[in-house]
Amino acid sequence: MRLKTFPGGIHPHDEKHYSKSAPISDFPTPQRVIIHLSQHIGGPSTPIVQVGDEVLKGQKIAEPAGFVSIPQHASISGKVSKIAKFMHPTGTLSTAIEITSDGSDKMVELTDEQNYMDLSPAQMKERISEAGICGMGGAGFPTIVKLSPPEDKPIDVVILNGVECEPFLTSDYRLMLEHAAEIISGLKLIMKVVNARKGIIGIEANKPDAITLMEKLCAAEKNLEVVALKLQYPQGAEKQLIYAATRRKVPAGGLPMAVGVVVQNVGTAFAIYEAIRYKKPLIDRIISVTGSPVAKPMNLRAPIGTLYSDLVQHCGGTKEPVGKIISGGPMMGFSLPSLEAAMTKGSSGLVLFGEKAAKSLAEHTCLRCARCVDICPMNLVPSIIANAVKYKDLDMAVQAGLNDCIKCGSCAYVCPAQIRLVQYIDTGKIRYAEAQRKK
Amino acid sequence: MKDKYIVSPAPHVHDKSTVKNVMWNVIIALIPALIFAVYYWGIRALILTLTGAITAVITEAIIQKLRKVPVTVHDGSAFLTGMLLAYNIHVGAPIWLPIVGAIFAIGVGKQVFGGLGNNPVNPALLGRAFLLASWPTQMTAGWVAAKNSAMSGLNNLSRIATNLQELSPKAYELVTGATPLKVAQSLRDSSFVADINAQAGGLDLGSRIFGSLTEMETLKSLFWGNIGGCIGEVSAFALLLGAAYLLYKNIIEWRIPLFYIGTVFVLSFIFGGIPGSGTSVLLPFFHIFAGGLMLGAFFMATDYTTTPITKRGRIIFGIGCGLLTIVIRLVGGYPEGVSYSILLMNVFTPLIDRLTMPKAFGKVAK
Repeated sequence: MRLKTFPGGIHPHDEKHYSKSAPISDFPTPQRVIIHLSQHIGGPSTPIVQVGDEVLKGQKIAEPAGFVSIPQHASISGKVSKIAKFMHPTGTLSTAIEITSDGSDKMVELTDEQNYMDLSPAQMKERISEAGICGMGGAGFPTIVKLSPPEDKPIDVVILNGVECEPFLTSDYRLMLEHAAEIISGLKLIMKVVNARKGIIGIEANKPDAITLMEKLCAAEKNLEVVALKLQYPQGAEKQLIYAATRRKVPAGGLPMAVGVVVQNVGTAFAIYEAIRYKKPLIDRIISVTGSPVAKPMNLRAPIGTLYSDLVQHCGGTKEPVGKIISGGPMMGFSLPSLEAAMTKGSSGLVLFGEKAAKSLAEHTCLRCARCVDICPMNLVPSIIANAVKYKDLDMAVQAGLNDCIKCGSCAYVCPAQIRLVQYIDTGKIRYAEAQRKK
Repeated sequence: MKDKYIVSPAPHVHDKSTVKNVMWNVIIALIPALIFAVYYWGIRALILTLTGAITAVITEAIIQKLRKVPVTVHDGSAFLTGMLLAYNIHVGAPIWLPIVGAIFAIGVGKQVFGGLGNNPVNPALLGRAFLLASWPTQMTAGWVAAKNSAMSGLNNLSRIATNLQELSPKAYELVTGATPLKVAQSLRDSSFVADINAQAGGLDLGSRIFGSLTEMETLKSLFWGNIGGCIGEVSAFALLLGAAYLLYKNIIEWRIPLFYIGTVFVLSFIFGGIPGSGTSVLLPFFHIFAGGLMLGAFFMATDYTTTPITKRGRIIFGIGCGLLTIVIRLVGGYPEGVSYSILLMNVFTPLIDRLTMPKAFGKVAK
């Protein structure tokens, strides 16, 4: 069978062998967690607790700030010990609520709605909204916003993203293997919410067992389809996945809803299922702790806000010197100066590199070899964008595709001159935003 | 755990390709042609090639020292330029020719503009153009025959007209004294054809010689390398072998060579015939295997810095090179037009890039 895919892209080593056979295990309640107010795209949540307050696990501790925002919940029980700036997994400092555990792990009361499939879309949305769910694949867009398209943009297809094209990461893979039925229920719930007729689960071909399992569970369902995708990065990027699975092209600068599609990560679908059936807020997630220095690479179900240092310690520490700490996958993740960051709802992986893998070569002049042009999944000219940014020619950068770049990093991956193309493009995006504000 | 880690922008993995790796792979791909050249012409082919390459490396190192920039000759790009320059010189040329050419190629063609990545035209071809303009005699006279072959490689011709020398001295001079492309060019001159035919007492020698260009024997010689020509042009087979390696290694891309060779193929069939003989379905094969087309299309027209980076731009570049090559070969003053056509198209590269900027995925044409 010919596997579906998108034009362009690269084929990095998938490196999933470290953690792919480690079943999901529960991380024991940590002594403290740091709940960031900014775990999503949109306004940072507003705290509704004060230092010294006692909180239960699952209790709401911050309200959404506006429509494009989400609430936050305590992920352990204990006392609010600090509200201050802490290291965010993107490497910046950001306001967060620190909770120190009381050891009891006492949780707010959950329900178990047997007829959860029969709830009205409005009730379902209410529960999703209350659970504080945002996209768990990395970008962290508030899920409720994605599931509330305007009237004139009907949705007919829901795609679950089980691609996990980032090297090393295996959290979505393990979730699909161990909670396939729940994910499918989540998909059906999303379809009900947006009134879609078709559900697709997209999985890359390097996860054949997940494909087989999902296919088996979807076999009886006429409107569900499992699509096996070619191993090609960035297969999991929203626009690329939509094109691979449906041949629909999201217009440049537009959203998936423009072509009648909603994409959700499989982890998000699982969280949606838990939120609607049990009214469980999003207080934990699966994270892969992996890489060659990790003594025992694992896929952990850990409370949101767990410190990276605690995760590594739980995995038996390190067995070789660490050169780089990557929050997320190695293609789009952030490298951190220390393990003091705490995981957020978008933290799918913590990857450690040894000293050799951490090294990179010095930048060379552009040869104009055009490899970046040939592989760009958005059909841009990365080298010209980077050069234009370097010489402060914003118009040229925009013409070469500055605003359409999805920052997947494929260009920098193949560049023989080791040019930090994504960094230039990032700088360009910031300058462009500044220029727009001044206008 | 220690407390200092590398913090850098994503991506944190790389395919391990480097400039050095790219350049040395191209050099490796050029080695089969050198082996064939040494086989046909002896060790002198190797000596001239190394002279060009080493001169280029030394020139680059000296200029970089003078410019007070890091010396980067280990990246192989200067070596490659020198090697390509020597490949454009015939084996009978004096030893100072590749030396002067390499100094010019690196000095004026590359370093003046700031070195690798900044030169507007292919330095090796610029060096060759400089040599051809300055020392046309040394660049063209004194072709050395390949072993077991008549000068032009048209050994089958001497078979069909053993007494060609008595029959028509001018025709004999033509088929023994030049490259196959020169033969093809001369035969397009109707007064020249009339001359040799008259010498032969009205025998249609022109058509017979022209016909021999597309005989299997000739095409085989062109393919395997049993012909007169420049060092690097000797065997289409050896060059294709190298090209296949570069395509497999993803170092060159198919668009430029395909459209370049394709254009020459089609146009030579349509326009390549001579009055009185017409064309032949085999004529395109003669045109793509003769001269420097394989070397040019796979190793010079694919030079990164001086060719378009957009996909459509590369197609335009390839077609443009093919068009100019055929124009020069068929109606121009030189028998061969590969190097000038690439140089000319190099100059158009910035314009082509500007006009062929791709539309982003999902962007609708306005």
